[in-house]
Amino acid sequence: MDSNNIPRTVPIQSATFSNPINAEIRRAAATGIYDIRGGGAKRKVPHFDDLLFLGASISRYPLEGYREKCETKVTLGTRFAKKPIELDIPVTIAGMSFGALSGPAKEALGRGASAAGTSTTTGDGGMTPEERGHSSKLVYQYLPSRYGMNPDDLRKADAIEVVVGQGAKPGGGGMLLGQKISDRVAEMRTLPKGIDQRSACRHPDWTGPDDLEIKILELREITDWQVPIYIKVGGTRPYYDTALAVKAGADVVVLDGMQGGTAATQDVFIEHVGLPTLACIRPAVQALQDLGVHREVQLVVSGGIRTGADVAKAMALGADAVAIGTAALIALGDNDPKWESEYQKLGTTTGAYDDWHEGMDPAGITTQDPELMKRVDPVEAGRRLRNYLKVMTLEAQTIARACGHNHLHNLEPEDLCALTMEAAAMARVPLAGTDWYPGKAGF
Amino acid sequence: MQTYDLEANGLRGLNSALQEQNGGTNKTAWEIVNAKGSHAIAVGLNSPIEVTVKGSTGYYCAGMNQQATVKVEGSVGPGVAENMMSGTVIVEGDASQYAGATGHGGLLVIKGNASSRCGISMKGIDIVVHGNIGHMCAFMGQSGNLVVLGDAGDALGDSCYEARFFVRGSVKSLGADCIEKEMRPEHIEILKDLLARAGADAKPEEFKRYGSARQLYNFDVDNAQAY
Repeated sequence: MDSNNIPRTVPIQSATFSNPINAEIRRAAATGIYDIRGGGAKRKVPHFDDLLFLGASISRYPLEGYREKCETKVTLGTRFAKKPIELDIPVTIAGMSFGALSGPAKEALGRGASAAGTSTTTGDGGMTPEERGHSSKLVYQYLPSRYGMNPDDLRKADAIEVVVGQGAKPGGGGMLLGQKISDRVAEMRTLPKGIDQRSACRHPDWTGPDDLEIKILELREITDWQVPIYIKVGGTRPYYDTALAVKAGADVVVLDGMQGGTAATQDVFIEHVGLPTLACIRPAVQALQDLGVHREVQLVVSGGIRTGADVAKAMALGADAVAIGTAALIALGDNDPKWESEYQKLGTTTGAYDDWHEGMDPAGITTQDPELMKRVDPVEAGRRLRNYLKVMTLEAQTIARACGHNHLHNLEPEDLCALTMEAAAMARVPLAGTDWYPGKAGF
Repeated sequence: MQTYDLEANGLRGLNSALQEQNGGTNKTAWEIVNAKGSHAIAVGLNSPIEVTVKGSTGYYCAGMNQQATVKVEGSVGPGVAENMMSGTVIVEGDASQYAGATGHGGLLVIKGNASSRCGISMKGIDIVVHGNIGHMCAFMGQSGNLVVLGDAGDALGDSCYEARFFVRGSVKSLGADCIEKEMRPEHIEILKDLLARAGADAKPEEFKRYGSARQLYNFDVDNAQAY
């Protein structure tokens, strides 16, 4: 009311020009630089939370919890490799580089994954002896930059992952800023200390699926056809990328949705390029089925996997395993509330800290600062990761038993329904309470 | 001399036999016949053996080579000596794209011409091309030396780091942050040695040196037009 008791229009914030948007405009105007950050998409997109399991009923027969076995083992690389990778659980650790992460953090990932019976993965920058030593099963990434790439390490790997793209930035490269380039990181990458190190967006010596097929032949010849070769793609055109990866000779396809994290890239890239993980799985599975290789070429899904429910849902949609990155870092101690006062000094808060590229991580994980990285006890952090992986597996088993399955691989789309039209369309499972999803004939 | 008929006996048998050789082997000389443009010939070698390929090859010949000397009596497809660590690879004919890509060490000699992206992302390898090179050569080159007796195509050394480029002929254009640099006595010595090892009939004084201006080493929005 004004002084004459006439109602006044209340201030209305613009949905288009919201306070966060306006703040970003002001920041860009002041600095002339786009925002770079770590992590994956923060925007809300259709996700596994939009799916529910139906559970057993008269038409389904459940298994007894704590009594009847629900198997979790998975074998990756059965198509061509002489030595496929056998994992106790279908949750693997995604590729994260030494350089982006501290040495103790990489060691903790290896310790935790090994204790849980699963694999971990190198990243841009090569393989460190510590990482190899603490990882019972190590996947060696073959990246466009080829930083640290050499045939000796290639032969030490349990699998090779040819990285074509990642969910946070499909079609984009990376940049490790100079402040994170320690002497050791610089040496491993054959570059001077302190300069920004670009990671190329495409491979230097092949350009398409026909070339990739020959590249994979070369890698197999160098490694005596011993180990599986994965191809990792960011979620954009999952049907065609999966089909082309199969055509190129992949043993395993790794598919990373837009919630998948990165060490550093432009915020505009993270939030505006790529597909939600949920939208990637069914087209990829369809491609494998159309080619008659579903389960022969394994599918590993990543990007926003957090719980055993997510694991079970991804597998019910047709994945053979999942990979976690951000969740693993949180298990190690990333964004822990105990560092809140230090997050505030950096202008952020617990749960929102994503300036991983700046190397000032209070948790000591995404840094090369010798003092900060001391905050990560690799043994203790590895134990936390092991616990977390075990809990995820138990949760997935709980759901699978409730759906009447004695192996996580037996989960199927028929176990699911969707809470939203969008999720129903993406996951191709019925909207809850119906037998229909968008795109299904007969509507 | 061990003679291997690739057409008759297959690629796996060849690479397996070559990779099994170690420093103490008596089988130090190998000849590969009927190569017929096959891919991935003599890859992943790790002993000081000498391999001669009679004829032309396909992709990735001598990929990731360590210690071995591989000589191709013909031309090579894309990615010859890619990611080479050490040793020597000699191509009597021409080389397709990406010759010596990401190589960490060793010497690659191309007696004919090299196509585009020769030395892309090179990380310590030395490459000597007797003829001309195509466009975008040594893109993002990190370390090592690229010597060209003929001419260079467009965008030589684009976004390079610490790699050095020596060109005797013309350079059609330089890539982002690549400039001509002073040829100092230490560079003459490096060049003299490389030319001698590559069997190249040229004088170091005839070359110009190019390398990074180091202006793009740390991101600056004022350089955005260069990207």
